[in-house]
Amino acid sequence: MAFKIVVSQCTVCGACEFECPSGAIRFKGDTYVIDPKTCTECEGSFDTQQCNAVCPVPNTCIKAAA
Amino acid sequence: MNQPLITLDSLIEPIDFDALAKTAQSGGCSTSSCGSSAKPDDMDAGVWDRIKDHPCYSEEAHHYFARMHVAVAPACNIQCNYCIRNYDCANESRPGVVSEKLTPDQAVRKIIAVANEVPQLSVLGIAGPGDSCYDWKKTRATFDAIVKEIPDIKLCLSTNGLALPDHVDELMEMNVDHVTITINMVDPEIGAKIYPWIFYQNKRWTGLEASKLLHERQMLGLEMLSTRGILTKINSVMIPGINDEHLLEVNKWVKARGAFLHNIMPLISAAEHGTHFGLTGQRGPKPMELKALQDRLEGGAKLMRHCRQCRADAVGLLGEDRGQEFTLQQIPEDVSYDPSKREAYRDVVAKERGDQLAAKSDAVDTVKSIGTSTGGGSLLVAVATKGGGRINEHFGHAKEFQVYEAGRKGIQFVGHRKVENYCMGGFGEDASLEGIIEMLDGIDLVLCSKIGDCPEAMLKAAGIRATDAYAFDYIEAAIGREYAEAFGVEFEAAVA
Ligand code: SF4
Ligand code: SF4
Ligand code: SF4
Repeated sequence: MAFKIVVSQCTVCGACEFECPSGAIRFKGDTYVIDPKTCTECEGSFDTQQCNAVCPVPNTCIKAAA
Repeated sequence: MNQPLITLDSLIEPIDFDALAKTAQSGGCSTSSCGSSAKPDDMDAGVWDRIKDHPCYSEEAHHYFARMHVAVAPACNIQCNYCIRNYDCANESRPGVVSEKLTPDQAVRKIIAVANEVPQLSVLGIAGPGDSCYDWKKTRATFDAIVKEIPDIKLCLSTNGLALPDHVDELMEMNVDHVTITINMVDPEIGAKIYPWIFYQNKRWTGLEASKLLHERQMLGLEMLSTRGILTKINSVMIPGINDEHLLEVNKWVKARGAFLHNIMPLISAAEHGTHFGLTGQRGPKPMELKALQDRLEGGAKLMRHCRQCRADAVGLLGEDRGQEFTLQQIPEDVSYDPSKREAYRDVVAKERGDQLAAKSDAVDTVKSIGTSTGGGSLLVAVATKGGGRINEHFGHAKEFQVYEAGRKGIQFVGHRKVENYCMGGFGEDASLEGIIEMLDGIDLVLCSKIGDCPEAMLKAAGIRATDAYAFDYIEAAIGREYAEAFGVEFEAAVA
């Protein structure tokens, strides 16, 4: 149960990083990545996944195929 | 590439005062009259005192001082239909040109390197891509670090306003000089056509709701800044058919809430930018439409006509981009600030500023009196200049023209006509000249330092007179003469 970032579309704006309530997003190499072990899909914090709600590029923060 | 304003070589120690003086004379900013030279009648003396050395607002300062924007805050909390985030924020830049995104540390290094080489530097701004108030930690880290190194630098930032109310008190504490809010509407119905969504209080909002929230936060932010005495400028992007008429209303609202300047910028839109407006064929305003709107707003909050939507990482005097000289790879790991050049430069400038002012005010007075006594005919003049208030650019080299209107009100700078955007490479000579002629629609006279017979003839055929007779003269003095000739009155200006 986790979200992931479609790296090829990411603009590297970093908004998701500071909106993530679980501290699951980090800048690695030259892009942002979600640590699937830390990501909670925002459960217990917010109704919607923050990374997806703030990301300016549609379909870039998406549910990772389980 | 632009000509550098001063070669870096001319600035190696020991300080060469002649070189500095030359820099001051040649000017750097290619805009002569952008703000105004004298305190405008409807402006508070206290406000004028604070902006007269700011290159974005004051004509005099504009010639001699430079501003620098750094893009350290790439995250944004709203989506504008004229923006696509892979590129720069259209608020402060030309769409399609990507700035160098910097971390706060990198930005500080770059600012110091620039301050050491460009003695004109006086203002540091944080602008798009992204929103300075939303990506606040990075904005704050950059400002805090730089005032420790260069205490006399002025700080400013621009924002969409949504997160602004959360940081007003800190802005106050940090001594931020000016804030620019981009406000494109005061009616959510119109806002919904400009903003597809906002992110606010951990939620994505769309439609009317989104624009209503944005509008309330913008007004709140503006009011909070005004009560605390922070100068606030409003930028509006003119989008024909969507908010062009509505901007008259916006002007009333922002004036009532204390904005000291209202700046109308044209939407720049093309399919290849990939923005929503670009893809849906929404056009930007034509130069005469922009001017017509600005004319109607005159008398509202003071208009700023010289904004060029320069790039977010622009370095230099307005209109003169040196960003490419200061990309990160060119800056050493370790830079330390050396204040001596900036101080020396300031002394030289103080002297030079006087001369130009005098020549200008003579010409303006003459035109005013001729204009009034002859019933106020008006002359629209496009000038090719590299800066310093002089006619010193070849017609063929000009990337933009500065447009002045001479008439009953004297000689006023009324805007820019960019030619570069409209005749980019790949076209033949004639095609680009046609593009230029189209951009000069409505102009009576073109002044430049040199023009070939062929373009001169083509302009003439299009009803525009062009001359290089005033090469290297002060702009206002030349316009004054032409005006006097056109309206039949003897005129002796001190054409230096
Ligand atoms: S879904 Fe929520 S917890 Fe997971 S990365 Fe996105 S913001 Fe963080
Ligand atoms: S919000 Fe989207 S574009 Fe921005 S860093 Fe995160 S994934 Fe990339
Ligand atoms: S974008 Fe406008 S306000 Fe900003 S520096 Fe350029 S001219 Fe001044």
